[in-house]
Amino acid sequence: MLQVSIYRYNPEVDAEPYMQDVQVDTGGKDLMVLDVMEMIKAQDTTMVFRRSCREGVCGSDGVNMNGVNGLACVTPLSKAVRNNKLVLRPLPGLPVIRDLVVDMSLFYAQYEKVQPYLQNDTPAPAIERLQSPEDREKLDGLYECILCACCSTSCPSFWWNPDRFIGPAGLLQAYRFLADSRDTATEARLAKLDDPFSVFRCHGIQNCVNVCPKGLNPTRAIGHIRNMLLSRAT
Amino acid sequence: MVTAVTSLGRSGLYDWLMQRVSAVILLAYFLCLGTVLVCGVDYPEWNALFSQTWMRVFSMLALASLGIHAWVGLWAVFTDYFTERLMGTTGNLIRLVAQIVCAIIMFTYLVWGIQIFWGL
Repeated sequence: MLQVSIYRYNPEVDAEPYMQDVQVDTGGKDLMVLDVMEMIKAQDTTMVFRRSCREGVCGSDGVNMNGVNGLACVTPLSKAVRNNKLVLRPLPGLPVIRDLVVDMSLFYAQYEKVQPYLQNDTPAPAIERLQSPEDREKLDGLYECILCACCSTSCPSFWWNPDRFIGPAGLLQAYRFLADSRDTATEARLAKLDDPFSVFRCHGIQNCVNVCPKGLNPTRAIGHIRNMLLSRAT
Repeated sequence: MVTAVTSLGRSGLYDWLMQRVSAVILLAYFLCLGTVLVCGVDYPEWNALFSQTWMRVFSMLALASLGIHAWVGLWAVFTDYFTERLMGTTGNLIRLVAQIVCAIIMFTYLVWGIQIFWGL
């Protein structure tokens, strides 16, 4: 029997959060953590969490499993469980709405700040804006982000200043548009990032790289942004 | 609310660059001092070394770098932990006091350093 400890908090009923211990019979199978969460929910329907595609594409089920953020649907028990124990908590640093569901407003506000859409002030061509295969390649490792928030909520700089530091997810997307050959707003984008918080709160500890379920590297993207800011200023 | 008013250059890039440059200067200075100490030095040699203008200038540069490096680093620490978000409005007061104390200590070290290195 797998020992599971789950963070429970229903603000309408509970005065404060508590950890609920549950035993789950996995039948010796190496299930995904989401499967275990579904089994628990079948026993106790009051338990709440987000999930949708259950295959690591939608990014809904980001949770903290034994202290490490990740997507429950693509994390096997063999990777998450230590000493037959699994501790499930909501993503750290964001306000908890109920149980494992967090309020992502701060995260999305930072994402919105980087204007994550193509900006081009030249007249639109008849068919489409073409890009060379080499320029397209520069977007690899950037566009794949699914905004699950595992990275930003594992970053201490984001915990302390979620209103000022854009965070790894937002900055990865900031660089995705800075690196796009079709985007002409580079100067305006960089001008908005040159304060002591937006980018420079990143101290390169790479928690984001460590937890990204898509294997992306926000720290490298942040380094590229720093270099662009440096080139622009000198 | 935490703002950039008390940061070194009010620009993230400027602060970041100053921290890196000051780190390189400090590394060079301590490697220089370390080499002299490892090679063995007595008081007259040590005194002669610090009587030379280049060593005094280098030492002052290192001391100024220490101040800059400490300010940028501690400013980041203070604005992480002593904030309204974590401690309520008390956080703002604690942060301001911590920054003033930090500034006074660094200014004192700088002036004291000038006095020592230039034998005033």
